[in-house]
Amino acid sequence: MSVDSVFVHKMWNDNELSKMVEGGVPFPMLSDAAGKIGSIYGVYDEEAGVDVRGRFIIDPDGIIQAYEVLTPPVGRNVEEALRQIQAYQFVREKEGEEVTPSGWTPGKKTLRPGPDLVGNVWKHWKVDFAFEKK
Amino acid sequence: MPEKIKISCARPISISGEIKEEGHEEKETKKEGRKMVLIGRKAPDFTAPAYYKGEFVNVKLSDYQGKWVLLCFYPGDFTFV
Repeated sequence: MSVDSVFVHKMWNDNELSKMVEGGVPFPMLSDAAGKIGSIYGVYDEEAGVDVRGRFIIDPDGIIQAYEVLTPPVGRNVEEALRQIQAYQFVREKEGEEVTPSGWTPGKKTLRPGPDLVGNVWKHWKVDFAFEKK
Repeated sequence: MPEKIKISCARPISISGEIKEEGHEEKETKKEGRKMVLIGRKAPDFTAPAYYKGEFVNVKLSDYQGKWVLLCFYPGDFTFV
């Protein structure tokens, strides 16, 4: 979503993005005239007249679980966004029984919060785990 | 002669002549009061026009209830990043 009109979205998709992604952009490209929606979400820069690079993960109940906001010159990390969605899907499925420590990706060690885990995380989890690629 | 614009990832914007007026600072502080939505709270619903697979459509956020949604804002089409 950006403040551009749907006509500009069409031109950008048809003339440039479709040359990078086969078939063009596979999801809706939304138009946020005058930054009305961006203002509600807190990502509209009034001075520049644009929505800054804000990214929100919204769960099936419509609850915002995470967000990230970047200034224009740095692009997002799509892998990280997908990792966070996978983590939120996992904890939702486990209904809070298991949680995902730093750097978790599917298949890696999770933690079960409870009285026994208090002060004992070091027995179950090592800092190196956060950096391991699975 | 028009001054050449240095192109970056932000869209070039217009700059109005500097108008000094009373209460200007007050306006500035109001701008800074911009509030971020909160995590753990309901995402504000909206309907927005969109370009999707060759068609112009209206997209309503609440129509995606029951699905995971990744909502991305960006500064503008053709802005490189």
